[in-house]
Amino acid sequence: MRRFLERHWYAYAMVLPVVVVIAVLVLYPLAQGVFFTFTNINEANIANPVLDRPASYEGVGFKNYLNVLSGDASYGAFWSTLVRTLIWTFGCVFFHYTIGLGLALLLNRQVKGRTLYRVLLILPWAVPAFISAFAWKYMFNAQYGIINQLLRAVGLPDPVWLGQSDWALFAVIVVNVWLGTPFMMVALLGGLQSIPGDLYEAAEVDGATPWQRFRHVTLPGLRSVSSTVVLLGIIWTFNMFPVIYLIAGPNPNTRILVTYAFERFFSGASRDYAVASTYGVLILSVLLVFATVYRRALRKQGEVW
Amino acid sequence: MTLDASSLQMVKPERRLKRSDRSPLASIGLHAALVVASLVAVFPVFWVLVTSFKPDARAVETSPQLFNESSLDNYTRILGGEKGAFLTWFGNSVLIALLTTVIAVFLSATTGYAASRFRFPGKRSLLMSFLVVQMFPFAVLIVPLYNILIALGLQGSSIGLVLVYCTTAVPFCTYMLKGYFDTIPTDIDEAGRVDGLSPFGVFWRLVMPLAKPGLAVTSFYAFLTAWGEVAFASAFLSAADESKTLAVGLQVFVQQNRTEWGHLAAASILVAIPAVIVFYLVQRFLVTGLSSGAVKG
Repeated sequence: MRRFLERHWYAYAMVLPVVVVIAVLVLYPLAQGVFFTFTNINEANIANPVLDRPASYEGVGFKNYLNVLSGDASYGAFWSTLVRTLIWTFGCVFFHYTIGLGLALLLNRQVKGRTLYRVLLILPWAVPAFISAFAWKYMFNAQYGIINQLLRAVGLPDPVWLGQSDWALFAVIVVNVWLGTPFMMVALLGGLQSIPGDLYEAAEVDGATPWQRFRHVTLPGLRSVSSTVVLLGIIWTFNMFPVIYLIAGPNPNTRILVTYAFERFFSGASRDYAVASTYGVLILSVLLVFATVYRRALRKQGEVW
Repeated sequence: MTLDASSLQMVKPERRLKRSDRSPLASIGLHAALVVASLVAVFPVFWVLVTSFKPDARAVETSPQLFNESSLDNYTRILGGEKGAFLTWFGNSVLIALLTTVIAVFLSATTGYAASRFRFPGKRSLLMSFLVVQMFPFAVLIVPLYNILIALGLQGSSIGLVLVYCTTAVPFCTYMLKGYFDTIPTDIDEAGRVDGLSPFGVFWRLVMPLAKPGLAVTSFYAFLTAWGEVAFASAFLSAADESKTLAVGLQVFVQQNRTEWGHLAAASILVAIPAVIVFYLVQRFLVTGLSSGAVKG
């Protein structure tokens, strides 16, 4: 034991602060949150130190899970919300990745003004998300928004973007694609730059067409970068809350799992912590299952990750 | 040697030839695509800037113009404190964001260095847990976190919020910095140890200065995480006006049925300026820092 400590002393000392902070502020709250899902805790029965009121919630077993998983509308219609969350997540990440890759390929060439283009293209990442959300909400406004002005000017129909229709989901996806593309672009640009140039030269000598070079040199060279950023992108988008909340508000047409949990948590007099936590645990379970499947699929393709 | 030099000379002109080899049409297409993408990227910010000079009533006219009774009135009123304690919120946000950046970058640098250089039992599960932590929806954490902050006496304070932000920023920053430290040759560490530095001295005096691009990117990320966060800030800060951050405070401009767009836009510009400054300072490091960082996993 002593030798063990002597050998790893420095490593553990350097890691310890992070482990402590994460344990206190993430793992312990998580355990407590999981516990809450088996109770009927809400604003009325939670312990309130200010009012000096003790907790009076009770265990209800699996009732919260049964209620939520029944898909009942008064519990947020879990299954249709899950489907919408998946559309949102994969829609956003698909466009993040394809647009990001396209721009990275363009920026990776010898272009005049490359630095300027790069700065301009990364700008959406630098602006705080809540500012961008306000900006887009303003631009999407049905009457005075610039987007509908342009559509009207060229004679296209001008839908009420953020109303009670699927246009609202479309609009928030557009905003999130705008927000998330720079990260993908920068990451993939870095990946492109790490592919050795000789590979392309060799491919060219062998008579590979540009498409073949892209298919057999570029894409394999980006494999490890892509697998990480896509997984991170999916996790982040799945839990992306501010964009939808600030642009569309509690609109059922843009409701995804995490915004519903937040609605349940904050709005209404009852503040249903139990159902909000149940949603949280279900979100975490979905993501864990997904990440496991994803990693296994990668490992099958021989990726060491 | 001569062979090397001549072969290099062979390669160089050939490459340049290839660049200029691109047909004018392809060049135009390339620039057109980049210009369109840049316009899409910049336009919303530009539009907020334009709107920020208009009075609220002019901002909602159905035929938008670039200038419409534009003036600096919105800015003077916001900075003058007529629309809530803007400068106080600004100060709170700066304090919280800077503290988060310093603490998160320091913590993730030590952790990332340990994960990069030392083999120790539990390393794999530590790195895995960082990925899993990213998956935690705050909905499940928010009530328990609130209780913990009360128990620690940090509820409603900036420090509590800084700690919470660190838990979101540190896992990703650690991943990035570990990847970056991996690209710094270990010979440097060994040379430092031979010269009598402690492992921590090696880390602090030799590796940290070499890791500037990686540190710049992680600072940027940590700063933005704290600067733009809404959900925890609105849940954890006390309702009193003077403890709000900008993200919470700005919602006074967005009321139930009417939004003061002119003022909101002006405030947004003021909020975006520090973020853009930080961004401009680190942007030349972004690609190198990020590519050798997290993205290699």
